[in-house]
Amino acid sequence: MFGLFNYWLAIVIMMIGFYGVIAKRNLLKQAIALSLFQTGVLMFYVSMGVYEKDGVSGVAPVWTDAAKAGPFDNPLPHVLMLTAIVVSVSTLAVAVALIVNIKRKYGTIEEDEILAIDARDR
Amino acid sequence: MEFESEFMRALMEHLPVVVVTIPLFGGLLTLFTGLIQRGGGVVAWLWSLLVTAAILACASLLLWQVQTTGEQVIYRLGSWPEQWGIVYIVDALNAYVIFTIALLGFMATLYAKTSIEAEVAHDRHHQFYTVWLLAIAGLIGISVTGDAFNVYVLLEIASLTVYTLVAMGGERDRRALVASLKYLILGSIGATFILLGIGYLLMLTGTLNMADMHDQLTQMHARGELAHNRTVLVGFAFLMVGLGLKMALFPLHLWLPNAYTYAPSAVSVLIASTATKVGVYMTFRFVFTIWGGVYDTSEDMYLLSLLACAGIVISSVTAISQFDAKKVLAYSSIGQLAYIVLGFSMVNEPGVTSSVIHIFNHAVVKGGMFMALGAVCLRTGGTSIEHLQGIGKQMPLTMAAFTIGGLGLIGVPMTAGFVSKWFLIEGAMEHGHWALAFVVLLGSLLALIYIWRLVEIIWLRPPLDPKRVVKEAPLTMLIPMWILIGSSIAFGIDATWTAETAQAAARVILEGAKL
Repeated sequence: MFGLFNYWLAIVIMMIGFYGVIAKRNLLKQAIALSLFQTGVLMFYVSMGVYEKDGVSGVAPVWTDAAKAGPFDNPLPHVLMLTAIVVSVSTLAVAVALIVNIKRKYGTIEEDEILAIDARDR
Repeated sequence: MEFESEFMRALMEHLPVVVVTIPLFGGLLTLFTGLIQRGGGVVAWLWSLLVTAAILACASLLLWQVQTTGEQVIYRLGSWPEQWGIVYIVDALNAYVIFTIALLGFMATLYAKTSIEAEVAHDRHHQFYTVWLLAIAGLIGISVTGDAFNVYVLLEIASLTVYTLVAMGGERDRRALVASLKYLILGSIGATFILLGIGYLLMLTGTLNMADMHDQLTQMHARGELAHNRTVLVGFAFLMVGLGLKMALFPLHLWLPNAYTYAPSAVSVLIASTATKVGVYMTFRFVFTIWGGVYDTSEDMYLLSLLACAGIVISSVTAISQFDAKKVLAYSSIGQLAYIVLGFSMVNEPGVTSSVIHIFNHAVVKGGMFMALGAVCLRTGGTSIEHLQGIGKQMPLTMAAFTIGGLGLIGVPMTAGFVSKWFLIEGAMEHGHWALAFVVLLGSLLALIYIWRLVEIIWLRPPLDPKRVVKEAPLTMLIPMWILIGSSIAFGIDATWTAETAQAAARVILEGAKL
């Protein structure tokens, strides 16, 4: 019943983030939404590694007796997501650093006001 | 002697990974030049020049090795078998792309000294060159790896560093910060889509190795499992949108003009000539090497050629009405990228050859032209129309280079641009689509208009302020500029080497498509 629940949730999280990136005019909110968007992918990947077949679900891929005996979840997507987390955190760090500098130079982080300032300067 | 041959043997064996590790570790070490001198100064620049020269030497060796043996070079990191570990594969296609990036990286570094001294605060040069070398490491890494997830990681290294480099222009013009943030947001969306696409591929095939992915997909195709498989479709769609964003394919190009315009001049040179080309290279790999022969891409290719045609016309028309020369070139870059996309969307040998050859030709021409504008920015403080007015008499060498580069963009005979267009039109005729050939000619006509407009302002109009004294650009700028522009003429007159290299690469691409 909840077989595809994770995937639905991953899509919902991604779309909330995507909506935020497009619709919000505050740069910081855009950065947060972008981070959320990337987090949705983490969920997608982690769900992908889960083993479930004929009612038997895999155990955590840890080197224990249970894992040796039966099917276990695929650890590869999980490991990949460690890298993706690092990437997403660094992206957020660069974005926030840029926003801080924009605030210093423009005095605002509202996209509309920045566009208005640029249009006036030209 | 004994030691030298031993060293050369080890170097040749590890060449595919050395081209990435040199800029990676060289870049990190650049940070320490700040200890020698505040901000690194000339030491940081000399060190970066040394590092990029080493990359260029290694990339040339790699290209020579691939061309003489005619075989793939496969390098397994940590000697892990291909299915488990990361593998670097170099063939006729990516040896050529790596060489292009290494050449432009070296030239741009040579050029950067004067330009960066004028445009970036003096206490931050060591940081600038660190990020600069890391960007080159990321770009070369994308081109060398044969592992789909590794592509994503290196893509993010390249992207994050390029955002930072663009933002370094914020000291001169604060709009660079906003441009960089916009680039970051759209670039990250693109990269995340690519990551999702790779996820679908991983789901389908259970592997991350590109060659293995292709084998698995071929087997599934033979068993008839892919006919109505939506995972393939969705994965392909995500990848194409992501790659489209990365290579600034119309209508996903909105991040590009401002990022190119407000970045420091040297950064414009580097990213205009290499960053989007790497996106094209990734498209070759994903569409042809992985999906080739498995998934019918003819409809997608049709869509791509339509988008490319729209891109050529619309970006060229937009370029005509710009008031900043750097922005003219930025819009022109979108148009030139569209030629590359149009070339490979025909999926025949002349078309793909034009695409591959234009990667190099456009890199050389656009690199040289951005260098010329960087020199103008150094001498007059800007690159808008007022700054350019009548500058031809004051900076004749720089502006001659700019004008010859412009002829290359139009595709005048005896320039490298002509060779690309020749192959492109040949491809369009073989394809049987006269309309595409017409669009190419229309694009050239529009390019003629936006280049002529600048040429007229530069050479024929009197300077805005007759008393203004403008000196010719310094030699550190003129030398790399003229090497690039000179090679664009040299390869326009005798295109044997580039054409043969590009044809070999095109065969690698089409081999994947046919299977």
